[in-house]
Amino acid sequence: MKPAPFAYHAPTELPEALKLLATLAPQDGRILAGGQTLVPTMAFRMARPAHLIDINGIRELDGVSVERDCLRIGACTRHSHFESDEIPGRLGDLLRKVVRFIAHYPIRQRGTFCGSIANADPSSEWCCLTTALDAIVIAQSERGTRRIAAADFHKAIMTTDLRDDELITAVELPLLADDTRTGFCEFSRRAGDFAIAMALVAFRLEHGLIAGARVGIGGAEATPRRIAAAEAILIGKKAEPEIFAAAGAAAAGAIDPIADTNNPAEYRRALVQTLVGRALASAA
Amino acid sequence: MSTQLKDNRGTGIGASVPRLEDGPLVTGRGQFAGDISFPRQLHMRIVRSANAHGLLKSVDVTEAKALRGVVAVWTARDIENVPPIDFREGPNEKLAPFRQSVLARDRVRYVGEPIAAVFATDPYIAEDAADLVAVEIEELPVIVDASAPVADFADGLTTEATICRQGYGDVDAGFRNAAHIIEIDVAIGRHSGVPLETRGAIGRYSAARDVLELHGAAKVPHRNRESLARMFGRSTAAVHCYEGQVGGGFGIRGEIYPEDILVLLAAMRLGRPVKWLEDRREHMIAANQSRQQRHIIRAAVDADGRLLGIDDRFFHDQGAYIRTHGTRVAETACGILPGPYRLPNFRVACHFRLTNKTPAATYRAPGRYETNFVRERLMDAIAKKLGLSRVEVRLRNLLQPADMPHERPLTALGDEVVLDSGDYPGLLAKALARCGWNDLEREVKARREQGELIGLGLAVYVEKSGLGPTDGAHIHVHDSGDIEVITGGASVGQGFETVIAQVCADKLGVDYRRVRVVHGQTDRIEYGIGAHATRATVMTANATAVAAGKVRAKALDMASQLLQTDPRRLSIIAGHVVRLDAPDQPLMALGEIANHLRPTSKTRGGREPGLGADGWFDTAHMTYPYGVQIALATIDRGTGGVNIEKMLIGFDVGRAINPVLVRGQIVGGFAQGLGGALFEEFQYDERGQPLSVTFADYLLPTVHEIPQVDVMITEDAPSATNPLGIKGAGEGGIAAVGAAIASAVDDALGDIATVASLPIKPQWLKAVIDAYTAVSP
Amino acid sequence: MDKVDIILDINGAAHEVTVEPRRTLADVIRDDCGLTGTHIGCEHGVCGACTVLVDGAPVRSCLMFAVQAHRKRIRTVEGLQQGAVLHPLQQAFIDHHALQCGFCTPGFLMLTVGFLERKQHVSEEELLDVLSSNLCRCTGYENIVKAVKAAALQMSASK
Repeated sequence: MKPAPFAYHAPTELPEALKLLATLAPQDGRILAGGQTLVPTMAFRMARPAHLIDINGIRELDGVSVERDCLRIGACTRHSHFESDEIPGRLGDLLRKVVRFIAHYPIRQRGTFCGSIANADPSSEWCCLTTALDAIVIAQSERGTRRIAAADFHKAIMTTDLRDDELITAVELPLLADDTRTGFCEFSRRAGDFAIAMALVAFRLEHGLIAGARVGIGGAEATPRRIAAAEAILIGKKAEPEIFAAAGAAAAGAIDPIADTNNPAEYRRALVQTLVGRALASAA
Repeated sequence: MSTQLKDNRGTGIGASVPRLEDGPLVTGRGQFAGDISFPRQLHMRIVRSANAHGLLKSVDVTEAKALRGVVAVWTARDIENVPPIDFREGPNEKLAPFRQSVLARDRVRYVGEPIAAVFATDPYIAEDAADLVAVEIEELPVIVDASAPVADFADGLTTEATICRQGYGDVDAGFRNAAHIIEIDVAIGRHSGVPLETRGAIGRYSAARDVLELHGAAKVPHRNRESLARMFGRSTAAVHCYEGQVGGGFGIRGEIYPEDILVLLAAMRLGRPVKWLEDRREHMIAANQSRQQRHIIRAAVDADGRLLGIDDRFFHDQGAYIRTHGTRVAETACGILPGPYRLPNFRVACHFRLTNKTPAATYRAPGRYETNFVRERLMDAIAKKLGLSRVEVRLRNLLQPADMPHERPLTALGDEVVLDSGDYPGLLAKALARCGWNDLEREVKARREQGELIGLGLAVYVEKSGLGPTDGAHIHVHDSGDIEVITGGASVGQGFETVIAQVCADKLGVDYRRVRVVHGQTDRIEYGIGAHATRATVMTANATAVAAGKVRAKALDMASQLLQTDPRRLSIIAGHVVRLDAPDQPLMALGEIANHLRPTSKTRGGREPGLGADGWFDTAHMTYPYGVQIALATIDRGTGGVNIEKMLIGFDVGRAINPVLVRGQIVGGFAQGLGGALFEEFQYDERGQPLSVTFADYLLPTVHEIPQVDVMITEDAPSATNPLGIKGAGEGGIAAVGAAIASAVDDALGDIATVASLPIKPQWLKAVIDAYTAVSP
Repeated sequence: MDKVDIILDINGAAHEVTVEPRRTLADVIRDDCGLTGTHIGCEHGVCGACTVLVDGAPVRSCLMFAVQAHRKRIRTVEGLQQGAVLHPLQQAFIDHHALQCGFCTPGFLMLTVGFLERKQHVSEEELLDVLSSNLCRCTGYENIVKAVKAAALQMSASK
């Protein structure tokens, strides 16, 4: 399982990287960030890029910062960054909750947040999170910068709105209010496996009633999304088990689940019902 | 005993000493097949069929050959004189047409079948070249179900290669007299050992010595040497196998595969060493698979639930070809199915069927993992039908100690089944007490009332080990006092060297750390049968004990002359000869005695030179350890996920040479057994395309999936078939895990559904739970 | 494709090698630098047998290209012992029978060395999470857990 040959480029500045991408993308050139998904694909020779543009050396793409009311996550930020206590507030709590489910410890040392977004695997936890929170994806090319809403970014399985010459340079996550309650729940065959389905929820309580509800589903459909029908059940109600169960049922009814060899559509539907309920219960 | 402590410094039989193998392994200095390299070596890459069944129309190697760094590319045409790979036990006319050719000739029968071999200067180039080989296949219909109607294999033969039949008594009479007849249809999914080290082989021809060498051999180096010598038309003096460290065997590694033949042939023809390392994707489609059987089995019982007869008809999914084991696994299944129960009448017919999948062979507890599941499902079904507890139905049917030894007119592993010793009811009672079965039943009842899906399961089983017929060891004491034990055994990582060293230490009177154990080298000892079927501790250890006894006698005889003392007044303690009446005064080191026995020694007298001896141990029959496994399982209603909350394995090993190693074998085996029960499966689609080719699809348990296991090792029934009383533990952990977990999950399901196949998957569990809730809310 | 000259700093020693970009770090460590203690079990980043430390972080060397490791500090299993003295984890693995065939062992050692050097006090949950990163087919993990716990105690005591 040795990869096919490729030419290797390691730019140190962003403009250099964008220029390389513009030139090489049409010649089967790809970005190498964490490599935790791309390299195995190359080992199986399912991908044979003729050029790899390694962006790990571009300092500008490193790091996480708070800007205005959002958390800006640079392209080279590793999953492991979110394990630490560095990121404060409810958003930090949520990120710490979710990151534990991403693959395994050594994968998290190299794999990147933005790489997951670009890869658009339905079972990606970060993809679910960005859609649930209405994040903004920042895509840059030699032609300029685009700000793309997460809901518009993921198009189909492993397919995004990103053009061939574009690089995700950052993702902006809106900060969460201090009284936001969050929950995340997924089911996979073994710990660390690709999730068969997942639910990410967030809400506040105003006078004891649910407000600002977000119910995001991942793994169950071709792309992750918020389920309005489930959110509608929650708004203005008490945070109680019966309400949560109803929201779960609504989410299950609203989705068009994907099916594969081992997971019939109905199984994912049933999981979504369970996981939404449990995520809400854990948030309360 | 204090004498024993002094004799071998507490490192003899029964001591849980640290392993001798570990030093190189924890420092990364082992020599696994991939770590071995020779100057000027070439790398081999196999081109494999992408179709499950078809006519091989053409293989175009032109482009591949032209790639820089490629030295040769072979197809079947280049190795026309090489015969198909034969059976380990020798020629078998009936099964011969189903053997696999080294490279496919005119037909391919499974995805992964070798079609061509590329030899290049580097493995990356070899893989590039393999991609350039153009293969044209005309697809033929595919069979993926062994119980589907048979099809043509070739030359008037069908895909039912043979039917294995065994039995005794009058089964039909048993069924006529039955108060109840219970029938179940159950299946075990296809899975296998999947060791962490993939296969590897390096072939080298030494023209200087005219010796053909195979490096990376495992399990049965001497047997393989004989087979290879036959295949290549060479003397066994001119073929040698060398085993280094081995990354797990589990029955998969060590058989002769096409790749082993190719590296040897290429080493001779191309005049350079040839190295082949399997990659993981290849392993999942090319290394032996196992376990897949479907049993339609009936039991006749009297009004009290006692067995009057069992009639089993099963389909064994052999895959595309019959490999080195012939029908061994199926025959073993036939012979061992009755297990620990009294069974007056028995009939079994195995339809040994070929399908378009990777060929199957042995995997740890072959024939037993499968039949334990089948038989214990049957016992649970009998209990349910008669309204008996699952414990009671077993108590009524278990053989009693007074019944031993118990002969059954059946054969397993080519050996007549004679259950040598055992107290099955006694072990069951101990296991039930140990886990607090009655309390657990109360807990289960209470939690069920709270709405949980929770259940208890059990399985009682007989294992087999100590496959003979014989084994030998040579012991040599060096002048330094270091001792070498040269065996025809093999190590696959189980601690073979340590165990043999302990036995030598015990019988000779030395510290085990002074003992070097040699294995897997056919040029160090002439005969060997290897390590498989849990035979190493039973056979090789006993042979070592015999040799050690002879060396001890020789040493004391020489010492008696040198010390002018009657040898009966002498002993050996911690490697020194002592007088029995002064055990704390070492008089003479073993090394010194070895020196006196040198060929040129003036003190040797007429004695044979060398302080050394051969020891042989013969056995007429295998020995039969036995066990009980109990599981407590819950099912998550919301996801279908299974959690094993409690697990007990009770196993009688006769005698434990190293209790910590025994426990390691049981727990390791359990982990594999759990994999087969809940996670692992080689899946194929209807076109015969394998779907489980990566570690993302084929699910090996991680630490999170393995519960704590309570391991209860007993030594209640030492084997009567060997002086050390050993029964072996290598397969005892895995053998009944499928059975026990199925029993527990089945109990948790209650009326919802019955577990009839492995692996038990959450998708199925959730579906049956939801369907049941829908009709009975 | 054209080969690249790189320097790999492995266990404190510099290895100057010339490699194609597509050569994995695992293959270059083993075949070009002659350090075969790092094992290859799957080549697609699941089993963890190839785990090494790169700038202190446990990574799967089959998922990195050697050219990416130019001038980074790499540690492999061969660098764990100090002279004749085994690292506490190595000794603990022997003492607790945490290995059988030994093929997964270097990967587990580097994984846990990397983790424990950064975090002294680990909860049981965290430890099991980290250990679930790697596969073992022989031991059933029980003794690996025991060995790592024992070594962790020793390592935090001697700080």
